Amino acid sequence: MVSSSSRGKASVRRTHRGEGHPARDGEESGRILSPYHRHDPKNEPGNIYPPYKSSLARGPRKPLIVLPHTLSEITGPVFGHGEIGEMDNDLTRQHAGEPLGERITVSGKVLDDNGRTVSNTLIEIWQCNAAGRYAHMVDQHPAPLDPSFSGAGRTLTDAQGNYHFTTIKPGPYPWKNHPNAWRPAHIHFSLFGTAFATRLITQMYFPGDPLFPFDPIFNSVRDPKARERMISKFDLALTRPDWSLGFRFDIVLRGREETPFENKR
Amino acid sequence: MKTRGKKTLLPPTPPQTIGPYFRIGLTAPRPLSRIAGPDTRGERLKLVCTVLDGRNAPVDDAMIEIWQANAEGKYNHPDDRQKKALDPDFIGHGRMGTNSEGICIFETVKPGRVPGPGPGNTLQAPHLEVSVFARGVLKRLATRIYFAGDPANNEDSVLALVPKARRATLLAQPIEGEPGAWRFDLHLNGKKETVFFDV
Ligand SMILES: [Fe+2]
Repeated sequence: MVSSSSRGKASVRRTHRGEGHPARDGEESGRILSPYHRHDPKNEPGNIYPPYKSSLARGPRKPLIVLPHTLSEITGPVFGHGEIGEMDNDLTRQHAGEPLGERITVSGKVLDDNGRTVSNTLIEIWQCNAAGRYAHMVDQHPAPLDPSFSGAGRTLTDAQGNYHFTTIKPGPYPWKNHPNAWRPAHIHFSLFGTAFATRLITQMYFPGDPLFPFDPIFNSVRDPKARERMISKFDLALTRPDWSLGFRFDIVLRGREETPFENKR
Repeated sequence: MKTRGKKTLLPPTPPQTIGPYFRIGLTAPRPLSRIAGPDTRGERLKLVCTVLDGRNAPVDDAMIEIWQANAEGKYNHPDDRQKKALDPDFIGHGRMGTNSEGICIFETVKPGRVPGPGPGNTLQAPHLEVSVFARGVLKRLATRIYFAGDPANNEDSVLALVPKARRATLLAQPIEGEPGAWRFDLHLNGKKETVFFDV
């Protein structure tokens, strides 16, 4: 299900090899291609955020141990076109009927923090329906299921790092974290990027949601600027006339400390 | 924007919890418990992973991902430039959701040794890379599974970074009476908290 040759990094490798730095190639020695940038704690939630109740028993409390990036961390699963179906990025066409709700297009670009496009990388999404109900056994809140909506999609970014999904706008939904708790509307995103180090699971929100100030998951990221990076932007240019409203969500994954491709040119 | 060295970096997209409903998109349509197929070379392993919370209660809505080298110590990835053979029947990636007892089981082979960090020709002890996601877990937790009793553990430079008293949390233990079967308990927090890494 995963192919080893479909990641579009051939040019980087070729340049790197062509420059003749065998010691940095990791062949015959323990040295590896340059590591990825370290996490910036300001950019992330901590492991415990008391307003998010279930983090109390599930988030680690002991300090994390800084792991130098070895070959194990700078590699990771690579996915190919073979396992993506043609309709996988259109969540409105997975059933005979059309789902109810506001049809939307979600598009964006996946970049690394050096500004380089991340091409042919797997993006998986899942979400509730327009009424705020997940097609999942655990979700029993009294909103209707939509027989025409499963709520899961996947795609690979193209050569320029771009992706597109067509779906319906998910509704907000109640949860049990605290009295009268509601999640702002969101789509769950999962990306592998190029390595174990770049793995990212996040949530995409919609601009101007009145529930933002009350949501402990959104606010578990303490830096307001960082929170903004999880909010998609309404984009008239992505809006398809008479069909769907467009939202843009660009995603930035960590990049390498050194970028041989750029440095050597 | 953040500057490291002379370069201005784009700020990354922050992580968020996977939440309780990941199965509809991730593990239900595509569970991946069989990391090694019937023709994969190497020592067969059955890896029984249990996820427990700080009260020692099983976590029934966690997702575990595995990334590992093949039996020769080669990763199926273009950045592994070692002159070792890929195994045509092996990718090295697994992904499962835990069941009602907090358990998920992977079938795989024992990974070979891969180069360690730093200069020289040090090799790491056989290990698997592990990502843990769950409701209540705000961002990916990264850890490693090593194998109890492997003599290479004593010279592993990553294990050496872990305080001695906590190293055992990274060791899978053989299951008695079931050759090839290993158990690995993941304690998300509490007294027996597993060592997690800042990757
Ligand atoms: Fe959700």
